[in-house]
Amino acid sequence: MTKLRFRQAIAQAIADEMRSDPDVVMFGEDVAVAGGPFKTSDGLLEEFGASRVRDTPISEMGFLGAAVGAAATGLRPVTEIMFIEFLGVALDQLVTEAAKYRYLSNGRLTVPLTMRASIGAGLGFGLQHSQTLENWLTATPGLKVVEPSDAQSAYGLLRAAIRDDNPVAFLEPRALYAEREEVATGDEAVLELGRASLVDEGSDVTIVALGQMVRAASAATRGADWSADVIDLRTLVPWDRDTVLASVARTRRLVVVEEAPYSGGWGSEIVAHVSSELFYDLAAPPMRITCPDTPVPFAKSLEERYLPGPDYVRDQVSALLTDGRVPAPWWNKGTNA
Amino acid sequence: MTTDIRFERRSALAEDRKARLSRMLEIRAFEDKAKELFGAGLVHGTTHTAHGQEAVAVAVGASTRLGDWVTCTYRGHGIALALGLTPESVLGEIMGRTCGSIGGVGGSMHLSDTELGLLPTFAIVGAGIPVAVGAALTCQVKETGGVGVAVFGDGATNIGAFHEGLNLAAIWRLPAVFVCENNVYGEYSRIDKTTPIADLVDRADSYGMRKRTVDGQDSDVACASLREEVDRTRAGEGPVLVEMKTYRYAGHSRADQAPYRPAGEFDDWYKRDPINTFERRLIDEGVLTLDSAAALRRDAAQTVETALEYVSSFDEPGTEAMFRNILA
Repeated sequence: MTKLRFRQAIAQAIADEMRSDPDVVMFGEDVAVAGGPFKTSDGLLEEFGASRVRDTPISEMGFLGAAVGAAATGLRPVTEIMFIEFLGVALDQLVTEAAKYRYLSNGRLTVPLTMRASIGAGLGFGLQHSQTLENWLTATPGLKVVEPSDAQSAYGLLRAAIRDDNPVAFLEPRALYAEREEVATGDEAVLELGRASLVDEGSDVTIVALGQMVRAASAATRGADWSADVIDLRTLVPWDRDTVLASVARTRRLVVVEEAPYSGGWGSEIVAHVSSELFYDLAAPPMRITCPDTPVPFAKSLEERYLPGPDYVRDQVSALLTDGRVPAPWWNKGTNA
Repeated sequence: MTTDIRFERRSALAEDRKARLSRMLEIRAFEDKAKELFGAGLVHGTTHTAHGQEAVAVAVGASTRLGDWVTCTYRGHGIALALGLTPESVLGEIMGRTCGSIGGVGGSMHLSDTELGLLPTFAIVGAGIPVAVGAALTCQVKETGGVGVAVFGDGATNIGAFHEGLNLAAIWRLPAVFVCENNVYGEYSRIDKTTPIADLVDRADSYGMRKRTVDGQDSDVACASLREEVDRTRAGEGPVLVEMKTYRYAGHSRADQAPYRPAGEFDDWYKRDPINTFERRLIDEGVLTLDSAAALRRDAAQTVETALEYVSSFDEPGTEAMFRNILA
């Protein structure tokens, strides 16, 4: 175990994969000489050299496309999209090329491409640098979507993502980069994609969360007069249906906590599937706790209000358990959600 | 089809002018057949033929080799045939049959044979350009001796992927060859209405890149010029932009009869038809006789008829094919 910040765990994971596989290369904006704008690739250039670790121009379509071509022809590229919003100018290469290329080669090609991107609110970066945008990616067969919730899962999931023979979007909650914890490294710490983690165990409700919402959900259980299974989904595509269904079958209540606007959020998928599978076993309507349908506001108090926090999650879950009905969200009190 | 035929076809064009004429004739006959099949409603969907651009396709096949990677566009039947895919595998794909190059799940715009170096072709204008840059990166990092070749149309020179791809290749000095098939039209619009410069190749200047304008209707010139540029790039001289001046005989797709074409334009280009002029030259030089030239034309037509017969004996893929190869 070593004390590592989340961002150091990222760099460590890339370095460990680069050591074990000479085909792993890393490129993106400011990732080489500067070690990454968030220091998530610190030291890689020095250790692995300028052929394998490269700075790119501000040119997402160019370098993400190059990653597709490199992955299809024998390298295992790791690229960094500095802020997930920058994927907008390169989305074609991930969704329409990378995710389709194996299909279009009749299975002859693999596309072992890892596209890392920082996501989320909480650091005052403003509305064009604070979204999560998972739902840009989740309806794309051929693409995996992974989102760690702490330094340990970042390390283990990123190594798994790099090893995976499919394109993987690896979404890193930016607000967690500075968080520091004991991290186990090495091959034993590599996690399995598609496998959720049971963070807390309880009996009254199942709370499914992702990214930085995992700690909000977990904190919400403390001091509550109910107990919950808190599930860190970790992989959004393909998500761990077995773990979630098994938990809800036991608790009979489902809550999803999402860092994303209410409309079209990934939690809808979880709720829809669980409702279809366990409709007659449910003791309460499934509930989604989300952000409002607004851009991410800048003013500190507003940005804090935007994100579901532990107190809000606790109150909403308590209301659900007490009334057996989904309470209105904070921005819409007095009407139904 | 055995593997050997594909590899023989892949390498046949490098030194053999007669084989190049044969392949051009095959491509022309193939495109005629594709047009006929779609026109008769025997195949669903759409197709984009490359009548008139056969010399460019054959030049790409003749200038590259196994170990090189090629990306190209949805107007890719000719390039695919030039790189060694069999008429059966291309027609099979166009007709959505199991014998198609990817088993019939792709269609006309999505051909590939990675063993021959053809990466899956792109139905998104420009998208293949950065992907070829990535293939060139692999060649550079792994020191394979290969090159990445992007084949794209004039229309693609106005999309960001072109500029980003060229820039990246230039700063990393990658073994990348950019082949612009300037066939005068981007979809339904003349290139001079959408682009403020006459010679697209001049865009290489912005990237400090070698450039070369080539007569894409003269097979000898096209092959020799492209070969020279590919060899220079392979030798470490960095990327190059090659503009092949050519002409699209058909409309953009099967739905387009190209009524926007100025009167006489097609006729002017057809006087320099890449197949007719090359055939005449080979006869004049004694490489072919009138009889042997006529035989090549008959052979090409027969090859395509045989392919159609072969493909027609295959079924469309079963439902299980839909679910294959989504994830590794």
